[in-house]
Amino acid sequence: MQYLLNFLAAIGRSVLGLCRGAGAIALFAVEGVSHLVRPPFYPRLIGRAFVEIAYFSLPVVSLTAVFTGMVLALQSYSGFSRFGAESAVANVVVLSITRELGPVLAGLMVAGRIGASFAAEIGTMRVTDQIDALTTLSTNPMKYLVAPRLLAGALAMPLLVVVADILGVMGGWLIGTAKLGFGSASYLNSTLNFLEPMDVISGLVKAAVFGFLVALMGSYHGYNSKGGAQGVGAATTAAVVSSSILILALDYVLTEMFFSR
Amino acid sequence: MSSTLPPASAGTPKIRLRGLKKTFGTKKVLDGVDLDVQAGQGMVILGGSGSGKSVTIKSILGLIQPDAGTIEIDGRDVLSMNRREREALNDRIGMLFQNAALFDSLPVWENVCFKLLAQKRITRAKARDKAGEILNQVGLDGSVGDLSPSELSGGMQKRVGLARAIATQPDIIFFDEPTTGLDPIMGAVIDGLIVDCVKKLGATAVSITHDMASARRIGDTAAMIHKGRIVWTGPAATLGDTGNAMVDQFARGEREGPISMELRK
Repeated sequence: MQYLLNFLAAIGRSVLGLCRGAGAIALFAVEGVSHLVRPPFYPRLIGRAFVEIAYFSLPVVSLTAVFTGMVLALQSYSGFSRFGAESAVANVVVLSITRELGPVLAGLMVAGRIGASFAAEIGTMRVTDQIDALTTLSTNPMKYLVAPRLLAGALAMPLLVVVADILGVMGGWLIGTAKLGFGSASYLNSTLNFLEPMDVISGLVKAAVFGFLVALMGSYHGYNSKGGAQGVGAATTAAVVSSSILILALDYVLTEMFFSR
Repeated sequence: MSSTLPPASAGTPKIRLRGLKKTFGTKKVLDGVDLDVQAGQGMVILGGSGSGKSVTIKSILGLIQPDAGTIEIDGRDVLSMNRREREALNDRIGMLFQNAALFDSLPVWENVCFKLLAQKRITRAKARDKAGEILNQVGLDGSVGDLSPSELSGGMQKRVGLARAIATQPDIIFFDEPTTGLDPIMGAVIDGLIVDCVKKLGATAVSITHDMASARRIGDTAAMIHKGRIVWTGPAATLGDTGNAMVDQFARGEREGPISMELRK
């Protein structure tokens, strides 16, 4: 009986901890966003975070998108050829990339790069008293450190995903024309003919949500890090893991919202 | 062992703490701190590691919310202030952190003029020259302004931290272990700069330290904190010969005495 109670207590503690964590993150997000509409604003910092996310993540997101498009073309061709539906390859590639793989893979890549970097930078500022120093210099740390990153994340990710969409489709086109025997024009025609605005728009909305999420988790874990180098390391890990899981979970929720009938 | 606070008739102190308490988990860090700091005075708070001196000044700065007690600055209760009033108060306060806490993403000149820039009291173009002037006041060449904080030695970082603290000409300045980690000569240089800057500004200075030589140099008055309470206040010049066994043991760095280190044997 005691074992059962201990077991249930452990589950209860975990659930309470989860709720506490979720509540703390939600309050952190609300406070961060509220600073975006109250002056002073820091356009220079928003610009810096935007460049950090959009420009410096471009190589890794581009490579991911190209190879994903290439693999997708190969896989769908080999699968669909079993029942003579090879012509659907271009459609499958473009729908998969714009609706799902573009935003999700770009989100995961950015989670690794930017979530980790935000958590490490803000975490180091926390453990070296730089965040306290901001307060003593009449600067709200949430407004200075967190709000610009949240906005930059939500704005930069859709741009990255536009690039990922284009390069992913081009990756599929490359394999389709060079290896699978499709004509260049007919491949591009089928790509564009079956594509609907909602496919792209839903992907871009997902991207904005994922970008915000990555910036939020990086900032939150960095801001609340404790205990020197080890604390910063733990914050970095937590930022990447939590944002990756949340991206995948929210992807389902958003897909359900956009496409369930 | 009782604190020797000036009588109420001595006028409103610049900073007045009464019954300040703070507990972290099960550890009682502040257990009723009472302290008065008069305007224009150099107050040095002494105490061993973990005695509560850092928490005391972080409470005054609004970085830590105490569990109980009052903090008054110029007779106004700061704990009941709203955010705007608190920020206005922070405008009049400077702080030199123990490890300088310079922003390593910004060059030195932007660190020095951070508050002026944040409040748009100066343009970025003028801030460079202004930073050069302030750096000169702390014995650094203006060209240091273009370096990154990570390129500076510990002593230079402290001086840049001091420059940042005095840039807005505050009327209260806090110094957290200003000489820790510096060689004795650099420690004396920093102390001299602190005394000069504070005198020039006519500011009230509150320092925490466990460096006795530094305490005598920068303090007019000293207070000893032990186990979260102020156990003595008196002139800093008498440190080491105060007649209070606890303070004298601490000032002389003696192993035997009323303060016992909790070491496992």
